[in-house]
Amino acid sequence: MAQAAQTTHATTEAHGGAHEDVGFPPFKTETFAGQVIWLTITFVLLYTLISKLVLPRLSGIIENRRVTIAGDLDEAAAMKSRAEEAGAAYEKALAEAKGRAQSLAQDARAKAATETDAKRKTLEADLAKRLADFEATIAQKKTAAMSNVRGIAHETATAIVERLTGKAPAPQTVEAALDQSKA
Amino acid sequence: MASPIEQFQIKPIIPAINFTNSSLFMVGAVAVIVGGLLLATRKRAVVPGRAQSVAEVLHDFVAGTLRDAAGVEGMKFFPLVFSLFMFVLTANLLGMIPGFYTVTSQVIVTFSLAILVIGTVVVYGFVKHGTHFLGLFVPSGVPAWLLPFIVVIELISFLSRPISLSLRLFANMLAGHIALKVFAGFVVALLGAGGMISILAPLPLLMAVALMALEFLVAALQAYVFTVLTCIYLNDALHPGH
Repeated sequence: MAQAAQTTHATTEAHGGAHEDVGFPPFKTETFAGQVIWLTITFVLLYTLISKLVLPRLSGIIENRRVTIAGDLDEAAAMKSRAEEAGAAYEKALAEAKGRAQSLAQDARAKAATETDAKRKTLEADLAKRLADFEATIAQKKTAAMSNVRGIAHETATAIVERLTGKAPAPQTVEAALDQSKA
Repeated sequence: MASPIEQFQIKPIIPAINFTNSSLFMVGAVAVIVGGLLLATRKRAVVPGRAQSVAEVLHDFVAGTLRDAAGVEGMKFFPLVFSLFMFVLTANLLGMIPGFYTVTSQVIVTFSLAILVIGTVVVYGFVKHGTHFLGLFVPSGVPAWLLPFIVVIELISFLSRPISLSLRLFANMLAGHIALKVFAGFVVALLGAGGMISILAPLPLLMAVALMALEFLVAALQAYVFTVLTCIYLNDALHPGH
């Protein structure tokens, strides 16, 4: 195996030497000038294209993205603050409405209370007046009835005495007896 | 079968303008980078697709590396650093395609790129800070009697930067491709030996597959290392003086 490799190596060296000059290619100084010239040409070309064409486009893309993202973020922040403002306004309106509703309810309650109070008072006064009227009527009726009672007693007593004695007593006697029983 | 170093041979394509296979793949790398990036970003979508995400990740990755190493002022070198990273990465990865030439396996190419970096550091350093840039070699808080030695050491360390920067990339690409070729050569040699020995042929093949995965890692990693070191050296130009 080693022998095979050696012979191959030997033939290649012979082969290489036959059609090219011997020597390590990177150290062949006669090729240097040509390489440096072409390196200069290509590198200047590369530098020019990179700095004038490629990098402006690349940094433009990146800058554009940065601006877009920053703009979107700003917009989002503005929207958020607007939403928060709207939320705060809503809360405020709600609190105001609540306060108004409460005062309205209180007013209504107070009004209803005074109204019912007044109604109750007039009703009570009315009732008291009617009670007084009825009492007066009752007293009147009572005196009238009481005066009638004397007449009825007079007639009844006269009738009883007439039945018992067969003769009607004198009205003065009956009156006297009535006065006596009453006392 | 070709020798392991045959793949690094420079072959002329249009000799009149010195256009070689190396030049072809330099042009190819530029075409792949610019074409790929422009194609990936053609929709300019706010929500990126797959290709655009890759382009943006590359952009953000290099930008992040540069910003971490050299600060926000370093971003003025971003086109240079991005071009360097993309060029080295693409050249390395193109070289991984069988039969394709690896531009960065030539030491003159990596050395030229390193000189470009160090040259930028030196020129910018002197233009921006004048002689104050030399403070790079004079660390503060060093005793006076030690200073000459420190300055010499700092100077040597500074001058060795382009060498280490270029050799690291060059040697990694070169060694990886040689190793791949050697193991691939074993497969052919074992099969060619015939008989029982041919049964062993899959073993170096498995090794070559494993090495291929490793080389993809190395290709990306060396591009990153080159970029990080570039950023660190640029930081010296922006903020000299320790």
